Amino acid sequence: MAETSSFDLLPDEQRLARFMERIETGEKIEADDWMPEDYRMTLIKLISMHGISEIMGALPEKEWVPKAPSLKRKLAIMAKVQDEMGHGQLLLRVAEDLMEPLLKSREHIIQDLLSGKLKFHNVFHMEAKTWGDAGLIGWLVDGAAIITQTNMLNASYGPYARALKRICAEEVFHAQHGEAIIMALAEGTGKQKAMIQDSIDRWWDALLMFFGPGDASTTGTSKQDITMKYKIRTKTNEELRQDFFSKYIPRVLSLGLKLPDETMHFDKTEGLWKYRQPDWSQFKQIIKNNGPKSRERLRLREISYTSNKWVLEALSVRV
Amino acid sequence: MKYTKEEALIHKEYHSALCELLFQLADDDFILAYRGSEWLGLAPHIEEDVAFSSISQDMMGHAVIFYGMLEDLGIGKANDLAHDRPAEERKNAILLERVNGPGTYLHEPHYDWAFAVVRSYFYTGIKKIKIASLKNSSYIPLSQAAVKIEMELYYHLLHWKTWFTQLLGAGGEAKKRIEDAMAAVFPDLDGVFSFGAARTMFIRLALITSEEEIRQEWIQMMRPIFESLGINMPNSFGLESGNGRDGVHTEDLEAALKTLTEVYRIDQTASW
Repeated sequence: MAETSSFDLLPDEQRLARFMERIETGEKIEADDWMPEDYRMTLIKLISMHGISEIMGALPEKEWVPKAPSLKRKLAIMAKVQDEMGHGQLLLRVAEDLMEPLLKSREHIIQDLLSGKLKFHNVFHMEAKTWGDAGLIGWLVDGAAIITQTNMLNASYGPYARALKRICAEEVFHAQHGEAIIMALAEGTGKQKAMIQDSIDRWWDALLMFFGPGDASTTGTSKQDITMKYKIRTKTNEELRQDFFSKYIPRVLSLGLKLPDETMHFDKTEGLWKYRQPDWSQFKQIIKNNGPKSRERLRLREISYTSNKWVLEALSVRV
Repeated sequence: MKYTKEEALIHKEYHSALCELLFQLADDDFILAYRGSEWLGLAPHIEEDVAFSSISQDMMGHAVIFYGMLEDLGIGKANDLAHDRPAEERKNAILLERVNGPGTYLHEPHYDWAFAVVRSYFYTGIKKIKIASLKNSSYIPLSQAAVKIEMELYYHLLHWKTWFTQLLGAGGEAKKRIEDAMAAVFPDLDGVFSFGAARTMFIRLALITSEEEIRQEWIQMMRPIFESLGINMPNSFGLESGNGRDGVHTEDLEAALKTLTEVYRIDQTASW
């Protein structure tokens, strides 16, 4: 207690120095600890976007939940989408604690989503046209998510790091669930095989974009530097994308699938995958909610929000 | 007398009555779990989305158990029983097939949470009484499954009761909406109690207790809750839309079957 109050009396630059020292030595920052404003704001932006993306991310797959082709698949995909909602809930709770000193709540997060101020992940603006897409989302989108989230497992902010630990463990199941759907299709009829090739072809660019642009030149801003300075993440977008290629390209090819990029190859001297850049101007459009399904999915959230308003009001009445 | 699977397979009359009951149980859970899965991502808040989904998964799991027993009794593959039977062969109560509200789950789903609460609460209570009776069923595998299912139903019932009492107790718009939902549910509630034409056979073969006993027990369970909330229970319910146990169904079921078999029908011989 005595230590806390003497810390409170320090000028800001000394508090910042102490804060950076804690981060450098691997100590975790907790919700009630002092933190510099840009650290708090970066975390709020990152975690509320992550949380809301989990929730918006449930929607493309959810389209296939009632349609899953067997009892086993129905049960599995219901559980999978439920997990995503659960991740959303866990993350929004972490974001809510960070927002509390700013007198903001979950209500603001939802409002910001609906007004377009809060973005959700580019990949969840895409169309999930076939059952193959339901498999591909689990396999490769969740696979990509594991790579980016593992990168933050040691994040300096304790509540986020702990939430990610649980989320990553569940994402591994999701990737296996997706892989199981894909394997069944890959070992199936000609039509089924064609279904996954079609999914890969349509989702490839979105998967490359998943990790974000290489630097700020694409979108004008990038949070990479600040998140690395504060030890929230350790690797750059491009390093994560390369990790994804190394892990998944051999698997995609081993299923007899073709990559929709004939230039893709591993450059042994540089130790890097060489690939065709996706259309980053399209990425800019997508994250501005001008993607193929942006409006429709936001509309679903809006309907849920408005048509259930009476429920939330009734919940606030003490009975 | 108690029957094992092998014994049930030999006695023709028993086999046929047992399968009828299993179809009713399986189809009820299957279609309501489907309706629950349409709610995914649309529930009033995120916590409820997670909880409701757990309940729907449990229900789908119960349907899988019942379809699995039918498979063991030589009726067909569980997957095909769930996906490949036309509406007129389905035995679910009509109340459970009804849509969640205007729109579809993909387009403009203006779903009615009050209807979801009332339908789920009433159904779960009735199911719990049936399952309790099934613990003493003459069919051994069913009595064993009932023990496990009953444990889960305790939580389902508590969940829906909490919603029901909170929304009614809150008064105002919420109370009005719940009352409207009850006005929509009661006229078809008899369909959930009904065992259809097989009712006398079920009792004679000691498969399950009578409709009347289940109804009385449910009324007894609900009456104090209704009284404490200051609402009246109607003297009788209804079977207005027809009896699903006799294969009578609505367009809502037709549309649901079309959606839930969309991928399955691409190639029924394929492995998915």
